[in-house]
Amino acid sequence: MLSLVTFTPLIGALIIFLGFKNNPGTSKYVAMLSSILTFLLSLKLYLGFDLTTSDFQFLEESVWLPGVGITYRMGVDGVSLPFVILTAFLTPICLLASWEVIQKHVREYLIAFLALESFVIGVFCALDFVLFYVFWEAMLIPMFLIIGVWGGANRVYAAYKFFLYTLGGSVLMLIAMLTLTLSAGTFSIPELMGMSFPLSFQIWIFLGFFVSFAVKVPMWPVHTWLPDAHVQAPTAGSVILAGILLKMGAYGFLRFSLPILPDASRFFVPFIFGLSLVAIIYTALVALMQTDLKKLIAYSSVSHMGFVTLGIFSFNQQGMEGGILQMINHGIVAGALFLIVGVVYDRLHTRDIARFGGLAHRMPVYATIFMVFTMASVGLPGTNGFVGEFLILLGTFIANKAVATVAAIGVVLGAAYMLWMYKRVVFGVMQHEDVKSILDVSPREIATFLPLIVLVFWIGFYPEPFLKIMHASVELLLIQANTVKAGTTALAMF
Amino acid sequence: MAVQLPDIDLLPLLPEILIALGGCTMLLLSAWNGTATRHKIGMSTITLLVITAFMVFQRAVAFKHGMNTDLALQTHLSTFEGMFVGDFFSLYIKMLLLLSTGMTLLISTDYLQRKKMDNGEFFVLILFALLGGMVMASAGDFMTLYLGLELMSLSIYVLAAYRRDNLRSNEAGLKYFILGSLASGLLLYGISLIYGATGTTMFSGIAHHLHESLGQMSGTLAMGMVFVISGLSFKIAAAPFQMWAPDVYEGAPTPITAFMAVMPKVAAFAAIYRVLVYGFGSVHDKWSGILQIVALLSLLIGAFAAIAQTNIKRMLAYSSIGHVGYALIGLAAGGMAGYQSVLIYLGIYIFMSIGTFAIILVLNQEGIGEQIEDYKGLAQKRPLLALLMSIFMFSMAGIPPFAGFIGKLYVFMSAIQAHMYFVAIAGVLFSAVGAFYYLRIVKYMYFDVAAHAFVMPVSGSSKFILTVTTLVILYWGILPSTLTSWAELSIKSLLPSL
Repeated sequence: MLSLVTFTPLIGALIIFLGFKNNPGTSKYVAMLSSILTFLLSLKLYLGFDLTTSDFQFLEESVWLPGVGITYRMGVDGVSLPFVILTAFLTPICLLASWEVIQKHVREYLIAFLALESFVIGVFCALDFVLFYVFWEAMLIPMFLIIGVWGGANRVYAAYKFFLYTLGGSVLMLIAMLTLTLSAGTFSIPELMGMSFPLSFQIWIFLGFFVSFAVKVPMWPVHTWLPDAHVQAPTAGSVILAGILLKMGAYGFLRFSLPILPDASRFFVPFIFGLSLVAIIYTALVALMQTDLKKLIAYSSVSHMGFVTLGIFSFNQQGMEGGILQMINHGIVAGALFLIVGVVYDRLHTRDIARFGGLAHRMPVYATIFMVFTMASVGLPGTNGFVGEFLILLGTFIANKAVATVAAIGVVLGAAYMLWMYKRVVFGVMQHEDVKSILDVSPREIATFLPLIVLVFWIGFYPEPFLKIMHASVELLLIQANTVKAGTTALAMF
Repeated sequence: MAVQLPDIDLLPLLPEILIALGGCTMLLLSAWNGTATRHKIGMSTITLLVITAFMVFQRAVAFKHGMNTDLALQTHLSTFEGMFVGDFFSLYIKMLLLLSTGMTLLISTDYLQRKKMDNGEFFVLILFALLGGMVMASAGDFMTLYLGLELMSLSIYVLAAYRRDNLRSNEAGLKYFILGSLASGLLLYGISLIYGATGTTMFSGIAHHLHESLGQMSGTLAMGMVFVISGLSFKIAAAPFQMWAPDVYEGAPTPITAFMAVMPKVAAFAAIYRVLVYGFGSVHDKWSGILQIVALLSLLIGAFAAIAQTNIKRMLAYSSIGHVGYALIGLAAGGMAGYQSVLIYLGIYIFMSIGTFAIILVLNQEGIGEQIEDYKGLAQKRPLLALLMSIFMFSMAGIPPFAGFIGKLYVFMSAIQAHMYFVAIAGVLFSAVGAFYYLRIVKYMYFDVAAHAFVMPVSGSSKFILTVTTLVILYWGILPSTLTSWAELSIKSLLPSL
C-alpha cells in the first residue's frame, strides 16, 4: 500500500516519458491523474490508520541488500502520515498552478515534478536508513532541474547553491548514519529507536545529522540557499520547496534525533533554542526590509521554521504537536502565498513590492484570498496559523519562559512584515499603467486556492482531525525523547 | 626413477590462449590482406571477445556452484607451479576486462571509420593489451605480473600515439611511454628488493615469509613494498603519480581514452589485489596508511583540479583519479567489506565510464565534442542523449538511485567499519565538491541555449551499449545484490581465510 502511494507518481512519470512524445497537453492530464490518484490513495491511508496505536503501520518489508542487512522497509506512524498526505495534497495543486505557466519542456517538467513527489513521499515512508538516504538524495535531482531549467534569471546560481548546500549536509549525515547503524548492527529505524548509545557517541552522531537537517529546515545560519532557491524557482517549485522539502529537515529531527539520540538532543536544546530564536527574530527583521515579494515570503519561511524547531525541542506534547501542525500549516500557507505571488508575477512579470499598490481596486477576489493567507501567516485566531503558533508558544513556555517571551516578539514582527507587505501591495493608489489594466484571478487560479482556504479555516476552527492522528505517536516519541539512555548498556565506540 | 612432470595445466589458461591466438591471427590477416578485410577484422575481434567472455562466464558460474556446495576447488585452480592462478577472483576481473574492451570497441566503430583508424593493427594492439591485463589478473608471481603489465602497457603506449598525423596524440604516446617506463622501473626495483628480502617472487611465498616472521618486515622488504605500490599507483593514476593522466587522456584518440579509463585500471587493481591483499595481506596495517594518503591525495586532486577543466576528456581524467581514490579507501579499510567494496566499485565504474565515453564519441564530429561547452543545450536538440549523459553524471557523482551511489556506499561502509572516520568524512566532502563539476555538464546540457545543431547519427552499436550501460546503472543502483555476491565470492576465492 505504501509502495503504491510512493511509486504511483513515478509510474505516471514513466508513462509520460514513454508515451505522449508530441502531446504535452495530454501528458498534463496524465500527470494530474496520477497525482490525484496518489492523493486519494493517501486519504485511504488516513482512513485505514489505527489511531490507538503508536506503532508503525502499513508495514512492508523485503530483503534488499542481503549481505549487509539493508532492507526495503516502509511504514508510517502519526508523525510521518501527515506529511505523506500533505505531499500528495500539494502536488496536484502545484500541477494546476503550473498548468499554463510552464510553456517549454512541459513533459520534462511533469516528469521531474512527479519524480520529486515520489521521492519525497519515499522519504517520509522509509524505515530503513539506507532507503531513507536514497530517497533523501534522489530528490535533489528533480529539484535541481526544476529550479535550473524553469527558474528565473539567476536560476543556475540558485540551483547550484541549493544542490551543493543540501548535498554537503547530506553526505555528513551519511557518515553519521553509517557509523550509527554499523555500530548498532542494524539499519532498521524502529529497531534503532529501542537501542542505547553513550552520550559522547550520541553527540557526534547528532552533529552529523544536525548539519543535514539544519540545512534542510533551514536553520540560521545555513538558510542562505533558501531565498535564492525560492526567488529563482518557478511558482510551483517554490510551493513544493516551502510546502514539503523544508519539512524534511524537521521531520528528520522527529524521526531520528529525538528518539534515537535523546540524550544528545536534550544536550543540544539550548543550542537549538538559540539558533531558533535568531532565526525567528533576525530573519523576521530581514523580511521586513525586503523589496522582493518572493524573497520576503522566503525569509518569513525561515522565521516560521524557527518556531517549528522551537516546538519540536520543547520536549512536551503541546510543543511537539504544535511543531508538527505548524509544519503542515506552513506548508499550506507559505505554499499559498507563493501561489499568490505567482498570480501577479504571471501578469506583471515583476515581484518588486514597490511596483504594485492598489491591486484591491482591480482585483477584489485576489485581495480577499491574499488577506486570508496573510492572516493565517500572521496567526489570527480562527486560522490555522493561530493553532500552531499557540501550541508551540505554550509548549515553549512550559519548557523555558524566557525563550517563549522572545519568540512571542517574533510573532509581533511576523505580523508587522506581513501586514505592511499586504498594505503596500494591495492597498494604496494604482501608480503604474499595467497595474491599472490587471485582471482578477481566473477560475483555474481560484480552483488552486480553494482547497487551501478550506484547510486554513478547518484547521483554524477544528484542528482535532489533524491532531488526533499524531497523538499516540507523539506520546511515544516524548517517552523516547525523555528517556535517559546514555547510562544503560554502553556501546563503546569512542 | 620417477620422472618429475612439470605442473602444466592449460585449462585455466584457455581464455588467454584464445585471445593470444586471435591476436596473432588478426595480425596475419591484416598483413596479408590489407585494407580489404578491415571490417571483418573488427567484427571477428568482437566475436572473439564475446566467445571468450562467454567461456569465462561459464567457468565463473561453475565455480560459483562449486563454492556453494563446498566441492573441492583445487583442480584447475593454478598452473605453472602457482605462477598462474585461475581462481574466481581472476575470472571476475577477466569478465570486467573483457566487458570493458568489448564495449569500448562497440562504441568506437564510427570514430574509427571516420578517422581511418580501423586498421588491423588497432584491433591487434587492443587484443594484446587485453591479454596483458588478463595475465595480470591471474598472476601468482611477480614475473607473470610484470610480463602482463608490460604487454598491456606497451600496447597502450602505441595506441595512445595511434593517430600518427596528430601532434597531441604523439605527445600523449611519448609522455605515457616515458613516464610509464619510469613506473615500470620503480616496480622492478621494488620486486628485486622484495626478492632480496624474501628469496621469492611468488606472492604465496611472500605471504608465507610474512607469516613465518609474524608480520615483521625488514627495511628492505618494506622499501620494496613501497616501490611496488608506487609503480602500481602510476598504472591506476593515483595521486601523486597521476600527472600523466590528463595529458594522455586528452591527447589520445577518444576510443583509446575510453579504453585507458577502464581496462588498464581494472587490471592494475587486480595486480594490487594479488600483491598487497594476497602477498602482503598479513601486514595490512603497514600499507593501509600509505593507501589512505594516496586515496586522500587522489580525491583532493580529482575533485579540485577537475573544476578548472574545459576539455571533457581532461575533466574525465581528473574524475577517474577521484574514482581511484574512492576505490583505494576500500582497499585501505581492508577486511571482507573493504576488499569487496573495491570490486563492486570497479564493476560499476566501468559501466559509468563506458557510458559517458559512448556519449562523447557520439557527439564527436568535426569540430565539436571535445570541449565541455560543446554540450550546451544538448537537451533541447537531443533530449535522450542528454538524459543518458545526466544519468551517467549523477551516477558518477554518487547520487542515488544510480549505481555510483551503491559503489560509494559500500566503500564508506567499509571505511567506517575500519574506524577510518577522517578518511570517510574527507571522502564524502570531496564527493560533494566532485558533484559540482559533474553537475556542470548537466547544467550546460539543460540550462543553456544550444550552440550546435547536434544532427549526428547514433550508430546501432552505440545505441546498444548506451542501452546496456544505462540499464545496468539503473539496475545495480536499485538491486545490486548480484554484483555484491560476485564480488564477495571473488574475495573468498582470493583469501579463503577471510
